Amino acid sequence: MSTVNTRPVAGRGDRRGPLASVLLHATLIAASVVSLFPVVWLVLTSLKPRDGWLSAELELFNQPSLTNYSRVFSETEFPVWLLNSVVAAGLTTVLGVFLASTTGYALSRFSFPGRRGIMWLLLITQMFPVAILIVPLYNLMAALGLLNQIPGLIVAYMTIAVPFCAWMMKSYFDSIPREIDQAGLIDGLTPFGTFWRVILPLARPSLAVTAFYCFMTAWGEVAYATVFMSQEDKRTLGVGLQQFVGQHWSDWGLLTASAVLIAVPAAAVFLVVQRHLVAGLTSGATKS
Amino acid sequence: MAVSTGRVRSTPSTGAHHGRRRGGRSQGPLRRALGRHWYAWAMVAPVLIVIGVLIGWPLLRGVYLSLTDATEANVGRTIGVNVIPASYEFVGLGNYLDILTSSLFWDKLTWTVIWTVSCVGLHYGLGLGLAMLLHRRMRFRSVYRMLLILPWAIPGFVAAFIWRYLFNSEFGVINAMLKAAGLGTVGWLDDPTTAKLAVIAVNVWVGVPFMMVALLGGLQAIPSDLYEAAAVDGATPWQRFRHITLPMLRPVSATVVLLGTIWTFNMFPVIFLITRGGPGSDTEILVTYAFREAFTGVRNYSGSAAWGVIILALLIVLASVYRRALRRQGEVW
Repeated sequence: MSTVNTRPVAGRGDRRGPLASVLLHATLIAASVVSLFPVVWLVLTSLKPRDGWLSAELELFNQPSLTNYSRVFSETEFPVWLLNSVVAAGLTTVLGVFLASTTGYALSRFSFPGRRGIMWLLLITQMFPVAILIVPLYNLMAALGLLNQIPGLIVAYMTIAVPFCAWMMKSYFDSIPREIDQAGLIDGLTPFGTFWRVILPLARPSLAVTAFYCFMTAWGEVAYATVFMSQEDKRTLGVGLQQFVGQHWSDWGLLTASAVLIAVPAAAVFLVVQRHLVAGLTSGATKS
Repeated sequence: MAVSTGRVRSTPSTGAHHGRRRGGRSQGPLRRALGRHWYAWAMVAPVLIVIGVLIGWPLLRGVYLSLTDATEANVGRTIGVNVIPASYEFVGLGNYLDILTSSLFWDKLTWTVIWTVSCVGLHYGLGLGLAMLLHRRMRFRSVYRMLLILPWAIPGFVAAFIWRYLFNSEFGVINAMLKAAGLGTVGWLDDPTTAKLAVIAVNVWVGVPFMMVALLGGLQAIPSDLYEAAAVDGATPWQRFRHITLPMLRPVSATVVLLGTIWTFNMFPVIFLITRGGPGSDTEILVTYAFREAFTGVRNYSGSAAWGVIILALLIVLASVYRRALRRQGEVW
């Protein structure tokens, strides 16, 4: 069943002339510069001194210092927001991966009444605009006493992350031969045991992608967090950072330094899973 | 993109039997089926409950609110020990009529369509182009791939803030570059047209990596013998692209374009954080407008719910038209 062929296709690239080579690399370098530049500039700005961002000059370095970073930690609520975000994103990832993989496995391996309906439901859930859900959800959270509570936020993030991840996991499970499940069952494992001990370890690439997706969803979400977490000490990073660049006052020094601090964990998670991204995202989609 | 059709290839051993997985164990079918379904249901139940409570209920409630005149002023509240009962009334389709007859709605819709079409078009075009370049065998391939995927690793709100600073008219690096090149500076986010170009540019930067990765995976799954056969037949590169690459990418493309369209249509952070919808409300798309209705000034719950229902209806119509079009061309998902 493995129709996914991940080795680079040889043949076409082999008889590339020098001009074509130069063009190819030039295009890719240009694209990389565009993709990298904002991030590099962010880092450079964050290293400038306190009011360095107020300069209209085009200078890469200007007395590099870590002032902005120490200010972020000493003068702002950043540590609290960071903690809130880490807890929210961490729990969303763990729960999201677990739920997405059990759901994906059930959808992939069992045929049961309602299976098709559930798959449609998961797809349609993607379409729901935040705008229609947010008011009733706000009221629901208020009624359940979950406003300004991290668990409430996590549950809300589940609804964003899990449907897509369940689809992704299902497609990946589809590409694992069923004979492996049968072997597990013959060895006396329960269906859940088969899933847990045999199939999940095989699905590591896809689990990595799912984890990445869940983490990024929670780490970068703004709308729900803005509305549900209004209390000062419950804010997440996405909410808190908005204060640094308000309507009347902005301090891009603080903003850039904290943006770097936020992007680092995200990029770290990303580096760990990026090898699996291509395989995990597309396996199954291309089955004929 | 990992969306398959849910079709399962039947192997000879299971044949057409309904229990597809374990063909050899069809004795005692009823009890086994029940047992098996019990497992399946137990495994999907948590997700269904979460979706049901947090999406199903709010959705119904949202539809109901959209038929009333609820605002912050007249919904029920509890202040201390005083319970103020809700005093909003059912107004039928009034909110919808108001919205659909306002020129504001049509302005926002036009801009949202322009926004979605140009973003998704650029996402797909650039994503496919880069994926095809990355698909070639060359030096530094994995370095390029990593650099190009990088924007994906930057959380959306961080990306929005970075770009807001780059576009800053006084201190932004883009204007600094223009100045250095001897050109005048541009108040990027102060003028409706440049602000629109700016938010589209940012969204393209944010969205291309996903398309690129998905399409790259699609390209890698195309068997290379197809290209070899075409080369033997003397097909030009364009013909190979047109008649092999594009058709073979169809399943992936169909899914990513649909998802991309939905995501872009509902793209909240980029616009909300970069321009806050401004100047005026010129860059406000439907979702950010509905959000503003609901959470600024006197919170207009019913109005924003009606906007939400309209947005959802638009998307559902779009998705089903899209699916029908695909199906007519023989695509099955």
